[in-house]
Amino acid sequence: MKNTHNLQKVNPHTVIIRNARVIDMDAVAAIDAAITETPKPEYWPRAYHRYATRQGRYFLVAEVDGSVVGFILGEERAWEFGSPPCGWIFAIGVAPETREGGVGTRLFEAICQAMRDAGMTTVRTMLARDDGLNMAFFRSQGMMGGTFIELEMPLDREAGR
Amino acid sequence: MKLQKATQFALLAVLELARDPAEQHSVAEIAERYGISANHLAKVLRDLGRAGLVEAVRGAGGGYRFCGNAKRTSLYDVINLFGDTMEGEADIPAPAGATDIGAALGRVLAEVDEIAVATLKSISLATLIKSMNWAPAATSR
Repeated sequence: MKNTHNLQKVNPHTVIIRNARVIDMDAVAAIDAAITETPKPEYWPRAYHRYATRQGRYFLVAEVDGSVVGFILGEERAWEFGSPPCGWIFAIGVAPETREGGVGTRLFEAICQAMRDAGMTTVRTMLARDDGLNMAFFRSQGMMGGTFIELEMPLDREAGR
Repeated sequence: MKLQKATQFALLAVLELARDPAEQHSVAEIAERYGISANHLAKVLRDLGRAGLVEAVRGAGGGYRFCGNAKRTSLYDVINLFGDTMEGEADIPAPAGATDIGAALGRVLAEVDEIAVATLKSISLATLIKSMNWAPAATSR
């Protein structure tokens, strides 16, 4: 895992994890754009309303010295192909220059605790096979191959043909 | 998935040394702990030394110690050192591979290999060592 950014040392004790606010969305969008290189300015305000304002959904941010440096999103899902209620994490991002300071770990621990408090006993995520950075991060937090397998097919082909 | 003996020995040895980089272990000590050939292990450790993952410690009580970056070295990196990459293992050789059945079978086997490679690339030595605390306590050091 290579990191070409100039890292700023983050003191883990100064990281505040809190629920996202609508005014955080510009910072969240900027972090996401820096990581994915695909700006989505319209998506993040919608994501705020969809995930930060409803029960069973989680949108947390990490703040250092008044600036948002990371975010994590998740939700409760239940009974998908027999799966009892469980937590799903579907986005995480840490500003590249503040990585390796434990921000991602604090975000992950916080969302897991929130899910635990809500009665969930398992947390899941789904990643691209070649997403080495996130895969290594979630592995380092203790996540392993689970009991479900992701399948897909292009919709320009008729099913069963 | 079957790894060559040298690759298995390398993984065992590098993980044994990486779990406490301050400690050094002799070839005989590691070989005895894992019930493997000391001669074969000695050669494997020399290869790991050339790759910069372990270093020989001279003198009384000498042996090897870990000197790599456990957070930045994946299981796949170690496997790759020994040429045991699994890439292309799923290929169905010609002429069967050129048939429609051979090609379809090859795609399924390639999918299995790709998942195995992605898994091995995502697990660092540090994560694997940490994972020993997550597993049920049925094994001993």
